[in-house]
Amino acid sequence: MFEKALKGNTNYWIWLAILGVFMAIGGMCYVYQYNTGLGTTGMGRDISWGVYISQFTFLVGVAAGGVMLVLPYYIHNFKAFGRITILGEFLAIAALIMCLMFIIADLGQPIRALNVLLYPTPHSMLFWDMIVLNGYLFLNIICGWVILTAERKGVKPPKWVYIFVYISIPFAISIHTVTAMLYCGLPGRHFWLSAIIAPRFLASAFAAGPALIVFVALILKRVANFDAGKEALNKMVTIILYAAIINVFFVGLEFFVGYYSNIPGHMHTLEYLFFGLEHHGHVYNKLVPFMWAFVILCIAGITLLAIPYTRKENEFTLGLGCLMLFISLWLDKGIGFVLGGFVPNPLHEIVEYSPSLNEIMITIGVWCTGFFILTILYKIAVGVEHEIEH
Amino acid sequence: MDKNRRNFLKVAGISTLAGLGAPAIVDRVISGKAGADVFASGGNGGHHEAEAPTHNEPAHKEEKSGTRYGLVIDTRKFHANPELGEKCVHACNQMHNIPQFPEGSKNEIKWIWLTNYENAFPEHSQQFRDKYTEDNKVLVTCNHCENPPCVRACPTKATYKSKDGITMMDFHRCIGCRFCMAACPYGARSFNWLEPKTVLPNPTNPDYPRRMRGVVEKCNFCSDRLVLGEQPACVAATGNSGAMIFGNLNDPNSEIRKVLKENFTIQRKPSLGTNPSVFYIV
Repeated sequence: MFEKALKGNTNYWIWLAILGVFMAIGGMCYVYQYNTGLGTTGMGRDISWGVYISQFTFLVGVAAGGVMLVLPYYIHNFKAFGRITILGEFLAIAALIMCLMFIIADLGQPIRALNVLLYPTPHSMLFWDMIVLNGYLFLNIICGWVILTAERKGVKPPKWVYIFVYISIPFAISIHTVTAMLYCGLPGRHFWLSAIIAPRFLASAFAAGPALIVFVALILKRVANFDAGKEALNKMVTIILYAAIINVFFVGLEFFVGYYSNIPGHMHTLEYLFFGLEHHGHVYNKLVPFMWAFVILCIAGITLLAIPYTRKENEFTLGLGCLMLFISLWLDKGIGFVLGGFVPNPLHEIVEYSPSLNEIMITIGVWCTGFFILTILYKIAVGVEHEIEH
Repeated sequence: MDKNRRNFLKVAGISTLAGLGAPAIVDRVISGKAGADVFASGGNGGHHEAEAPTHNEPAHKEEKSGTRYGLVIDTRKFHANPELGEKCVHACNQMHNIPQFPEGSKNEIKWIWLTNYENAFPEHSQQFRDKYTEDNKVLVTCNHCENPPCVRACPTKATYKSKDGITMMDFHRCIGCRFCMAACPYGARSFNWLEPKTVLPNPTNPDYPRRMRGVVEKCNFCSDRLVLGEQPACVAATGNSGAMIFGNLNDPNSEIRKVLKENFTIQRKPSLGTNPSVFYIV
């Protein structure tokens, strides 16, 4: 089916070329980082994880979000998702590849990465994360590819593939739960040490993943003549809306626990993220604009999706609402959550982080690689759909 | 009917096995040595550790066999002799060829260093402090915890607990994921962000193995000196001042246990249940 990706109009090739340029720049920046060391990034002794790991955390959520299509379609037999379930599975593949690339970019000794397999360590959450991420990637490749091939041939998918489809549902939950456990099991990092992290991750994932799919589906309608169907989009927006509101609720609960209990350790990071943290007469507030952008975009996105007119009658506002929500959830989890957790450090000193240019270019390079893969996969999926119609 | 019963028995049998096996697996996963010790750590610092078991502690928690190296730092002695702390840090740097990145830079590598009381003990009382803790600097280093979160987090066993209670670090297995740095509640771990060989101290100690870029490192209680029967470099640097007492915490007759019995000591962040092996006389 790969031949479908080799035929496209000028816009398709221009889009791929743009992505390719950023991939090449990112690749060159990575070579520099590989040869010089992670000292080329903004990370340091106190903020030991930066944008790489925060992007990884966010993208695990995007990958898990695909299950919000798989579950209604295969478990509840919600027929309207028939055409777009494949979009969810292919999005998971692209997002997971980005996750793995970000992990590799973050390792100090990437050539030793396989030590995780050579010396399996079940008490490390990173070991389990590796298992579930690769497992989920494998499941999505199998399910997506086999079902699409069967569709193309006009036959029913083989029965055995449904076993993998059903396994992939708990796997989707597990990838984000285990990723949350990387953080919420660490003593002495108060902001992360919260039992609500895993459910909060899942809620934001089930909003962010589908929001991206709706946004892309609206683009595909214009550029690739692929209509996901009104009913499917409407149902997805309902899912996005509920998940986004639950995420807001969970964030609110974190605020309540911190500020009502008045325990400094539980307030410090929230204060740093949203208001700026004062320490020895200096206010540290680098992330404050990002967090307020999160709040504003989140409210605006939810509003656009909640009002019937902007959701149902106007595709522009529908797409805008989804995009706003996606960006707001990225700011929340892909910026604030990981970077904020390191402030203050274990010795109650405050060190702020900003990524270096080299680090940003690598990050953009990985994102572009993900969108490159996503474009090709969606091109194949849409091509097959068109072929069936003719 | 028969078939149903057979199926039921199969399921029941398997679930029973799973039920019996699960606690053992969970136990392994959390690598829990905590068990009975949980109550001993409490919020009152390590003081209890040194005391003889009282009647309300489990009977089997008497004395542990084997070695658990520990350190007592007497901050009073460091107050009396302000240069002593720097001497310890310097001895450590020389001993382990610690790369000398600019002080305070993000790339800095520290095994043992001086910090303020409020930074070393952020969870202890800070209101209406005495002049003594306001002025004095405190030496901090890896606590070689009895329940180390870093060892739990490491995905390759590059950091592990040695038989004598030292939290060790294998440069050659570390993949540089820095999960241990996020897990350590004491900020005791440093990462080689840049090529270390360009900034080694002069002269270098030819006996200490070379480290490479992209791996984590930290205090190892001078394990290579211990096998030769010598004291850790920092302890040796304090000479006869009695500012640092090193020894086996599991030996009730050791000098360190004697010191712990005679003085009120505190540990860093005792509420986290890590059971640090470094104690402070404030």
